[in-house]
Amino acid sequence: MRALRTALRATLLAAGLGGCREGVLAAAGPIGDAENQILWETFGAMLLVVVPVILMILAFAWWFRASNPRATYRPDWSYSGKVEFSIWIVPLLLILFLATLAWSGSHDLDPYRPLPSDRKPVRVEVVSLDWKWLFLYPDYGVASINELAVPVGTPVDFRLTSGTVMNSFFVPQLGSQIYTMAGMQTRLSLQADQPGAYRGLSAQFSGDGFSDMGFTVRAVDAAGFAGWIAAAKASPGHLDNAAYDRLAATHAAAAPTRFGAVDPGLFDHAVAAATASAHRPMSATNGVMCAPRRTQGTL
Amino acid sequence: MFGKLTLHDIPLDQPIVMGACLGIVLAGVGLLGLITYLHRWRWLWEEWITSVDHKRIGVMYILLALVMLLRGFSDALMMRTQLALAGGGHLGYLPPEHYDQVFSAHGTIMIFFVAMPFVVGLMNIIVPLQIGARDVAFPVLNSVSFWLTAAGALLPNIALGVGEFARTGWLAYPPLSELPFSPGVGVDYYLVALQISGIGTLLSGINLITTILKMRAPGMELGMMPVFTWTALGSNMLIIAAFPILTVTLGLLLMDRYLGMHFFTNDAGGNPMLFINLIWGWGHPEVYILVLPAFGVFSEVIATFSGKPLFGYRSMVAATLVITVLAFVVWLHHFFTMGAGADVNAVFGIATMIIAIPTGVKVFNWLFTMYGGRIRFEPPVLWTVGFMITFVIGGMTGVLLAVPSNDFLLHNSLFLIAHFHNVIIGGVLFGCFAALEYWFPKVFGFRLEPRLGKAAFWCWFVGFYLAFMPLYVLGFLGMTRRTNHYDNPAWDPYILIACGGAFLILAGICLQILEIVVSIRTRRARRDLTGDPWNGRTLEWSLSSPPPAFNFPVLPAVEGLDAHWTSKAAGPAARPAAYDDIWVPENSPLGFLLAACAAVGGFAVVWHIWWLALVGLVCGLGALIASSWREHGEICVPAVEVARSDHLANVFRVNP
Amino acid sequence: MSNVSIATAGERAPARYQPATKLGVTGFGFYVYLLSDAILFSALFATFAVLKTATDGGPTARDLFDLKNVGLETACLLTSSFVCGLAMQAAEARKPRELAVLLGVVFVLGASFLTLEIHEFGGMIAAGAGPDRSAFLSAFFALVGAHGLHITVGLIWIGSLLVHIMTMGFSEAYQRRLFCFSLFWHVLDVVWIAIFTFVYLLGVQP
Repeated sequence: MRALRTALRATLLAAGLGGCREGVLAAAGPIGDAENQILWETFGAMLLVVVPVILMILAFAWWFRASNPRATYRPDWSYSGKVEFSIWIVPLLLILFLATLAWSGSHDLDPYRPLPSDRKPVRVEVVSLDWKWLFLYPDYGVASINELAVPVGTPVDFRLTSGTVMNSFFVPQLGSQIYTMAGMQTRLSLQADQPGAYRGLSAQFSGDGFSDMGFTVRAVDAAGFAGWIAAAKASPGHLDNAAYDRLAATHAAAAPTRFGAVDPGLFDHAVAAATASAHRPMSATNGVMCAPRRTQGTL
Repeated sequence: MFGKLTLHDIPLDQPIVMGACLGIVLAGVGLLGLITYLHRWRWLWEEWITSVDHKRIGVMYILLALVMLLRGFSDALMMRTQLALAGGGHLGYLPPEHYDQVFSAHGTIMIFFVAMPFVVGLMNIIVPLQIGARDVAFPVLNSVSFWLTAAGALLPNIALGVGEFARTGWLAYPPLSELPFSPGVGVDYYLVALQISGIGTLLSGINLITTILKMRAPGMELGMMPVFTWTALGSNMLIIAAFPILTVTLGLLLMDRYLGMHFFTNDAGGNPMLFINLIWGWGHPEVYILVLPAFGVFSEVIATFSGKPLFGYRSMVAATLVITVLAFVVWLHHFFTMGAGADVNAVFGIATMIIAIPTGVKVFNWLFTMYGGRIRFEPPVLWTVGFMITFVIGGMTGVLLAVPSNDFLLHNSLFLIAHFHNVIIGGVLFGCFAALEYWFPKVFGFRLEPRLGKAAFWCWFVGFYLAFMPLYVLGFLGMTRRTNHYDNPAWDPYILIACGGAFLILAGICLQILEIVVSIRTRRARRDLTGDPWNGRTLEWSLSSPPPAFNFPVLPAVEGLDAHWTSKAAGPAARPAAYDDIWVPENSPLGFLLAACAAVGGFAVVWHIWWLALVGLVCGLGALIASSWREHGEICVPAVEVARSDHLANVFRVNP
Repeated sequence: MSNVSIATAGERAPARYQPATKLGVTGFGFYVYLLSDAILFSALFATFAVLKTATDGGPTARDLFDLKNVGLETACLLTSSFVCGLAMQAAEARKPRELAVLLGVVFVLGASFLTLEIHEFGGMIAAGAGPDRSAFLSAFFALVGAHGLHITVGLIWIGSLLVHIMTMGFSEAYQRRLFCFSLFWHVLDVVWIAIFTFVYLLGVQP
């Protein structure tokens, strides 16, 4: 399987893809790595069947052409127990193999599963807005728009929601994406192992400004991260509930911005505000906990 | 008086839209003028519009599909050229508010008004001929179904010039499609158009199931039905089970938007995820509604042109039924990234993969049908072999996406777009084109020009690979669907290749149009006098081309598979001793009238012109009740006439 | 041995499968329609099941439902179904006058059901518990309203059947329509029993 993977990578490299420094194949963290591993294994296993089938299609079609006098014409041959047995059993075995990969992959890479690490995870709360991303750092009391700094080698625990329609939070090089939905919370754990700047985006269409919803992930070392937090703290903006409401009501893309101070509980306010109705005056306490109800793992 | 509609709703300031509208209006006026000039109005009304003959209705379905294909493909070209121009900081020529309508219209039109009418039209024409029936179970209802579909197809095209179309994508996910986020009429056009055509499809499903199960020729047990009829049965069972879900889902969204209800809103307890679950409860079976009949077409084509019975008939039927059932238990794979949990994702992922088993069996069956055959490479076979190769790739990428962890990386990316075009173009559309080439002589009595047909195939085939293989790569490179502009030089070359591929497909479409035009002009030389131009195996080839209105002069008695083939092998059959009078159903304007009411009423609902909506409703109900009162007439074709027609057909019949 | 004969089927050994009669075809088609209608209601039931706790702080089922009224509605509908069965028997026996009277009774009972339902809906809306109040109420009005809409269509259908029998008498086509109508009406009964159980009875459970 490993040899196959190498061969596949070489093929894609030739297509200008394997050597890319971007996208889901250029994984820069453990989640992305593990997902790439499964991707190649499933791809390779299927090629073992698919390539011969394609070759057989071409070969049969060519050999049994009407103009080939050497081919034997068997006008009544339409059943063979052995062939019938094999054509059910081959796909069955392949799917059996893939199903085990799918089962273990789905569990090992469950976005809600905390990453094993001896470092304390960084908590980040994510709110998708029209058409920008708001990142809150509850442990540091700072926030940023369209710019996400994370320390290298440390798990990042995301809590995500949407202040508007549904979006999907996605950093291709770090792996798993997950939906952000109004009034609900989803969770995701990611980690960047290599320092760098990675593109992030919304992978779920959310309206006219959707294409401008890109953000940058800055994976930096511990010192760099401390510096980033310090710089953020020195920024003038103060994000309280009222400022958040104004931000959410501005339907436009935004340049990267930082806020030096954030009201505690702003994320809960964001969850509640998105579902507030005329009948039920909004308050910070009745934010409904996420619809896909999940027990929280140890953090 | 006119509800929300004002003159400002006609986008006079948008040259692209106005140009397209002008083109459509001019073409329409030209067509009407031509009909008037040729004094063809009466002919049009009596022979086509009010016709309840399943063959004519099928032809109209396919004509609708082909016209809508041009519309949907224009949208595709606009998207590809926009992206080719919108890299590296440029914004292209389609601003998001227009581009978003283009991709929404493209998806909606291609699925609902190209693929669906094409497939339903095929089933309409072929199923009764294959099972030895004189028409479908409910001929007038059939006409109603078609005209409702046509009325539904009209609305998105009106939206081009009056107001706007949805800017939400082809499934209009809430809350984006709810009033606070989509206050315009676009989503309303979408909802109303799909409700009208959806009812048409549902009625057509009832009709075809009843036809297949209750009206087969004497002696044709289920196990003797041609495979295309089997797949049609599977497809229509799915229609019956899936389309009511669509009606409910869209109806609830409609009530959210019109009555202020809260099914899928962010506020007041609404649950947008409910919509996503419900719509895919319809949406995934829909894929199989489209592709099963295409599988049937390939089965017929490959057996006929290999000169062999289909390999593993029972496996094929079993595989079809397994797919029919499994189609309903995989919907969640469309949103693995919702965070439903590892167990749920894994179960639905594996259920999805299991569908690959019967599908794989089908591919092997076609493969072994070719084995030991004597394959004639006519255009239908090219489409079939092209399909087999393409579909295997599409199936593989589908299974890749069924693995939840892969989907976490590739969900909503261009990889997904490439995958479903891979199966819908490579599966459904190739199947439709194979069917067009295969059954055209049966329906019209003359063959299509094969060289142009082959050239069109190669343009489509190569064009498809150029247009969609780069999209797989772009998916790996992190490009997501519905992107309007981007700034990533790594994507540029792939986007340009894809754009080139789209233009090659355009060349294929032009060649297909040319093929049809040339064939019509030289139709006398291409007449099919035998009724059996391909040395076919199933009952439709026992009839003259085109078949008479009553299809079968005498109902055949069937005793096995491949009824026509075995009958030919047994030598010339005896002429029947006597013919009976045949009663064929009378024409009915009901379908056209109901559809007119639906179109007018639907337009009125979109624009909140309530008095007009009421007029549409009352007229529609009135037409329905009035028609139920009329004893529906049948016209007698006297036995002498039946005999004459049968003898005439037999003069040219060649028995091998 | 030819597998297909051009000769009429009757001349050969009787084939096992025979195409259905017109009544068989129509009846079967209508069953298939009813099946699709059942799926339509299933989707509405599923929606209600998902949304029934989403009251948004507004009134709940226990605050709103009056089982006495619902019991009366149920009685109307069940009786009408029974009378509809009698009407079918009258039609079998070709007794147009009896049939007309019985259809009239079905109509009155159906109309009473609908009046009670509209009264219930009106009361709820007046009390501020309309369909726009919460997702729960949206789902309630959609499900019960869809049933009510079917009943309305049924009433129009009975009207048409009544006028038809009084002016034109029996015919084969009429019998087919009456048969379809009775199927339709009985299925609506079944749906109502499900609504009565899952929406009302379980709704008021503490």
